[in-house]
Amino acid sequence: MAHQAHVPGFLMTTMDKGVNWARTRSMWPASFGLACCAIEMMATGGSHNDISRFGMEVFRASPRQADLMIVAGRVSQKMAPVLRQVYDQMAEPKWVISMGACASTGGMFNNYALVQGVDQIVPVDMYVPGCPPGPQSLLHGILSLQEEIMAGTIRR
Amino acid sequence: MSDTPHLATGDRETPTIEPPEPVGGLDDATSRREIHDVWVAGTEEQEWVRAATDEGAQEMLPEAQDAAATIQRGTAVDDDYIGEGGADEDQRQILNMGPQHPSTHGVLRLHLEIEGETIRRVKPIIGYLHTGMEKTAETLSYMQGATNVTRMDYLSPFHNELAYSLAVEQLLDVEIPTRAQAIRILMTELNRVASHLLWVATQGMDIGAVSMMLFGWQDRETCLEFFEKVTGLRMNHNYIRPGGVAADLHDGWEDDIEDLLVRVSAGIDRDEAILNKNPIFLDRTRGIGVITPEECRQYGVSGPIARGSGIAHDLRKVFPYSGIEQYDFDVPVGKHGDVLDRYLVRIEEMRQSLRIVEQILNTMPAGDFRTDDRKVTPPPRQRIDESMEALIHHFKLFTEGFRVPAGEAYQGVESPRGHLGVYIVSQGGARPWRLHVRAPSFAAVQAMPVMMTDLLVADLVATLASADPVLGDVDR
Repeated sequence: MAHQAHVPGFLMTTMDKGVNWARTRSMWPASFGLACCAIEMMATGGSHNDISRFGMEVFRASPRQADLMIVAGRVSQKMAPVLRQVYDQMAEPKWVISMGACASTGGMFNNYALVQGVDQIVPVDMYVPGCPPGPQSLLHGILSLQEEIMAGTIRR
Repeated sequence: MSDTPHLATGDRETPTIEPPEPVGGLDDATSRREIHDVWVAGTEEQEWVRAATDEGAQEMLPEAQDAAATIQRGTAVDDDYIGEGGADEDQRQILNMGPQHPSTHGVLRLHLEIEGETIRRVKPIIGYLHTGMEKTAETLSYMQGATNVTRMDYLSPFHNELAYSLAVEQLLDVEIPTRAQAIRILMTELNRVASHLLWVATQGMDIGAVSMMLFGWQDRETCLEFFEKVTGLRMNHNYIRPGGVAADLHDGWEDDIEDLLVRVSAGIDRDEAILNKNPIFLDRTRGIGVITPEECRQYGVSGPIARGSGIAHDLRKVFPYSGIEQYDFDVPVGKHGDVLDRYLVRIEEMRQSLRIVEQILNTMPAGDFRTDDRKVTPPPRQRIDESMEALIHHFKLFTEGFRVPAGEAYQGVESPRGHLGVYIVSQGGARPWRLHVRAPSFAAVQAMPVMMTDLLVADLVATLASADPVLGDVDR
């Protein structure tokens, strides 16, 4: 039988939009604060920058209740297994934001102690540059991720 | 994941973690199963992740296995004390708190032995944020070094930079202009306020006063706005450098400081109005997490914890640095050594720091913001346009760095967490031969078993927060 390309129909595309909208509007981050970036992540949650404008103020301590892992800070070799385990414990669909230079590439610490980029351990959907990224940068990263999800670029 | 992690040797060829040799030869069915359980569970790529993650597998490791390799993997827990207590052993259980826990202020891991709700033993496990900064410092020139150390204790970056710069300047033996010294004290004292504000916010949140989280951050943002105006960054400034500071204060900084003093003072008053008579806050802090002055001395605890216990020790008074002796301020001292006294000490410290800032505002000397010693400081910008030699000088200073005479130096400063010390050994090159940091949080974490034993689990959270450990400072 000849292979026929899958063309999504009207019903499925409309439903996809609805599902994606629901996913982006209540994205709960897991509080994975590691270092300096965690302070800026908390600042983003604070009154001045107010992440709850985007329905995301519920930083969940339990990975079971979280959709988004913001890896905020430098990941040491000793922390890497813990990070992976927390990621594995999160329920699908889940996304990962790598916040800051250290999480993205190891930053200025190219040495024996740090994982040189958290993407060696977990799949990363969005990188936020900065050392540490300010709250505005993090919010921009989160909103970009929401846009990607809405546009269907990232599929889960 | 392309390869296995390589630990201390840094040698990419020979992995330091290797599967254990079978005890009785590969034909021995028992030992083969042991190896299988521990090492081949999961896919080939995930082998090291799983082996290091699975706590259960750790407990089941055969004793014949190389203990050193276990410790290097970072999950070995020394359980030698279990059952020593003598009390009803059936009632005891081990609870693991962290490293991924919202109340551990980072990635601290506490190994608790609990009896019902009461904690009988506490064992802090650190190293989850070890960044190898002291090693990295050996590869960076003295000018770049401030970039490195500022990221250690990320709540008091200015203090890290100051301790480092003062240690380097001891070896260099350069004279720092009075304006640069005053700017340094201005920034460090404001940093103390910002750090303590964050502490009030998190302490409040940890024991249920969530509104403190919002108020504390709001005032901290006021301080960070000023930092951003002066240094260009909200955190990790790299502003205080060997030889002075990176740039002069901006025009109109006096107005900003006046505004800041009003707003932050009002904020501290409001925080006190919320907390000081709050019966829940008082019940949860009074008489909790007590540490005596003797125990503070034994464990090397300094800063607000020691002062809360009644030790009137403040490096700003005992070993003044950067001209802080010319400003008027008091050292608040507590009596009981509990969480409440630490809170009161920190609140008063913020007021005293603002007092110092106010004095600096009125007495800021004119002059240069960095030393004019051309061995350390680049030539002024306009000279570079006029003179080839100045251009070469500038280039050499930023590529090769300046050389520091051989010797060793130690410098302590009073960080918001206590006695922060930097020890530098130079062999005459452009990079430190060795850098070591005496971290106040490390001593605080070390003293946690003293503070937490025989408390309730809920009180542990209050005590942990009151010690204000920054794990970047502990692990570096």
